[in-house]
Amino acid sequence: MEHRTCFHCGLDSSSVEIIYDEKSFCCQGCKTVYEIFSANDLTSYYDLQQAPGATPKEIEGKYNFLDNAKIVESLLEFDDEKTQIITLYIPHIHCSSCIWILENLNKLNASISSSIVNFGKKTVRISYNPENLSLKNLVKLLSSIGYEPFISLDDYSVGKKNVDRSLIYKLGVAGFAFGNIMFLSFPEYFQVNEYWLEQFKHLFRWLMFSFSVPVVFYSAQDYFISAYKGLKSRILNIDVPIALGAAVLFIRSTAEIILDIGTGFFDSLAGLIFFLLLGKFFQQKTYSFLSFERDYKSYFPIGITKITSEETEESIQVYDIQKGDRLLIRNEELIPVDCILIKGKARIDYSFVTGESEAVSKQSGDKLYAGGKQLQGSIEVDVLKSVEQSYLTQLWSNDIFSKNKEDAFTTLTNAISKRFTIAILSIAFIATAFWLFTDASKALNVFTSVLIIACPCAIALAAPFTLGNMLRIFGKQKFYAKNASVIEQLAEINTIIFDKTGTITANKETTIAYEGSKLSTAEESFLKSTLRNSNHPLSRSLYALLNEHDIVTIENYEEHIGKGIEAKYHQDSIKIGSAPFVGYSQETETLNTAVHVSTNNTYRGKFTFYNRYRKGLSKLFNQLKKDYDLVILSGDNSGEQENLTKLLPAKTKLLFNQKPEDKLDYIKHHQNSGAKVLMIGDGLNDAGALAQSDVGIAISENVNVFSPACDAILDASNFNQLFNFIKASKSAIKIIKWSFALSLIYNCIGLYFAVTGQLAPVIAAILMPLSSISIVVFTTISTNFVGKKIQQKVEKT
Amino acid sequence: MSVIYILLAISIIVAIGFFIAFVVAVKSGQYDDSYTPSVRMLFEDELVKEKPKKSILTKKE
Repeated sequence: MEHRTCFHCGLDSSSVEIIYDEKSFCCQGCKTVYEIFSANDLTSYYDLQQAPGATPKEIEGKYNFLDNAKIVESLLEFDDEKTQIITLYIPHIHCSSCIWILENLNKLNASISSSIVNFGKKTVRISYNPENLSLKNLVKLLSSIGYEPFISLDDYSVGKKNVDRSLIYKLGVAGFAFGNIMFLSFPEYFQVNEYWLEQFKHLFRWLMFSFSVPVVFYSAQDYFISAYKGLKSRILNIDVPIALGAAVLFIRSTAEIILDIGTGFFDSLAGLIFFLLLGKFFQQKTYSFLSFERDYKSYFPIGITKITSEETEESIQVYDIQKGDRLLIRNEELIPVDCILIKGKARIDYSFVTGESEAVSKQSGDKLYAGGKQLQGSIEVDVLKSVEQSYLTQLWSNDIFSKNKEDAFTTLTNAISKRFTIAILSIAFIATAFWLFTDASKALNVFTSVLIIACPCAIALAAPFTLGNMLRIFGKQKFYAKNASVIEQLAEINTIIFDKTGTITANKETTIAYEGSKLSTAEESFLKSTLRNSNHPLSRSLYALLNEHDIVTIENYEEHIGKGIEAKYHQDSIKIGSAPFVGYSQETETLNTAVHVSTNNTYRGKFTFYNRYRKGLSKLFNQLKKDYDLVILSGDNSGEQENLTKLLPAKTKLLFNQKPEDKLDYIKHHQNSGAKVLMIGDGLNDAGALAQSDVGIAISENVNVFSPACDAILDASNFNQLFNFIKASKSAIKIIKWSFALSLIYNCIGLYFAVTGQLAPVIAAILMPLSSISIVVFTTISTNFVGKKIQQKVEKT
Repeated sequence: MSVIYILLAISIIVAIGFFIAFVVAVKSGQYDDSYTPSVRMLFEDELVKEKPKKSILTKKE
């Protein structure tokens, strides 16, 4: 058969026969989207990028909560009779086609007046006329073209967000002042004792002074505040010498122009602050489309269907749920509160909470916990507890979630700055003491010169530029770190803890093994045909894993809930399901999921499901075992123990049946005995462990969907590169250390001028930017070199 | 030489004018998203190319 891919979404469409407009589609949904676009002349969508679309999902009833005016109001950014503005997060935004189609939404519905995409944040800001188009219909329209927005409890009443732009303002002020002061100070640097210069230099100097005032009191204020805070808690952080240098620069320069002894160092002052802020700005680059701070709120729905006492359905906010309410949970919806099942069959997927991959069946009267996802049909439940008091949400009351890891960590820069500050202060005092005895008039000049020239601008820039660039390089390899200090911490770890399900195993893939008497081809095809009728997840996965066979039409198909299925074909009968169901009494102790088969009432054998481990797992563990303690903490049972022992290095510790709190405590215990822990997990059940560890990395099959709060997100496809990422972090630290050495050379040169009392403003004006720029160049080139090496390694594997 | 006062005043006013323009630009959110506009800029052509064959029916207003 000829290989075809879907024109809309790019999935394989060889096995289906959906042709429209000479184009092949994988499903009716994709075809419908194409029809919508071609009817509205929007087919350029497919020219910009090949197969850019997503299959629209079934959303019947899912957005009924948008009928509730109170919920809608909390989502809107702007609201009046004629216009409403809303910003929606759409995870599917990934290419230029997406931008194009979303910004041409008005072609699909004239009530939409404008739509603006922010590609980085994956959001679209839509203004529309609510008289003709309700928010619910807008969301439905977006969903129908494959751009389903994601609305969660997190969006609740964040309509009017305040963006913090103070850094860019400060940078702007410093840059503006720096440029102007430079021009104003040039005449005196090139002074040729001309008549007019003598006349105007005072004016020039006072102008420079007035430009530098906002730099010191506005742009540099963070350095003064941070230095003050550091000193208060008895830490000599890098901001102490910076603040000292900036203060001395400003005071000495002002004194110089008041007393008419010189031009002052205003240009160096503004330049220093400008470069420092530039470093901060560079390091600040974050991945705005990723969220590292997710808690349960980002997973929870914003509205839920309540069944009122008059048996009518009503959408209410999740926060308005009260004890005793009757709720309707639809297929694929998340249960937001602890409750009791009243009506319907529940199959709940608790993988969010526990990490256990198997869904569990519940009967009416059973208790359901918040965080579970209903997998088949609708159920009705009675509420036991409100949202904040439910089992899952209580995990977030652990204080580990309110701690800031960054604050607790002493960065390399701050570690060195302590020694640096002490050294500088002693040099300053010794030199001053020396001059006091030889030439007292120069003493003050020398003292201030030392503090000015030693201002550790280059040292302060080394880390931001190295780590900021490293963040970008990692980002290209699909390893997204929250901030620069994560890379520093990653270089220091000595223990690596892995979660099992979803972390070292691939989520969707399993392998099967068959044990028992061999099945004939006819029997296998009978088995497969029977499985075809069942919707049970195990039947579905077994069906997918069995070889291709002719499908026979079976008779007397019957499904026994919670036990298994049976069917007849001519004279043969088959039973598939649990051991007791198929009449197999000698059930041996197995912990793996297994499906048993019997034909004509004789037991044949069982299919056992195994997790499939990620590619390169064994190799990765062997690379890591030399330098790190390796541990696997799994929430699952120990069914895979034997398999893992074979696969992984002998010294790897394996622990099973670990509850979320157990994982957290295990890490805490090891940290107390001096371990620096890297935790790698994936689900909400690892959230505590990820927060407790020194570095928590969340593995994600698709970085656009959710991962728990963590320090970094790693795309699952690059899981086997973990060792290279750790190695690159260590290289980054080495680069920073070399930059320190380089900047110390500049400092020594500067100190020579300062100590001998010959520091002229022009020397400072040359030396300070020169040292900063060469550090920036050095770190950029060397980090790019390291980045190239990673890229080559990734390409090789 | 007192012309220098005028020149200085002008140059500083111009500089401050640019500075205000910068602040206004930041405030209006111009620096919030530095990627999308670079792509959006290229779309103008797409629409023009399409317009001739576009039926009046689907056109807005």
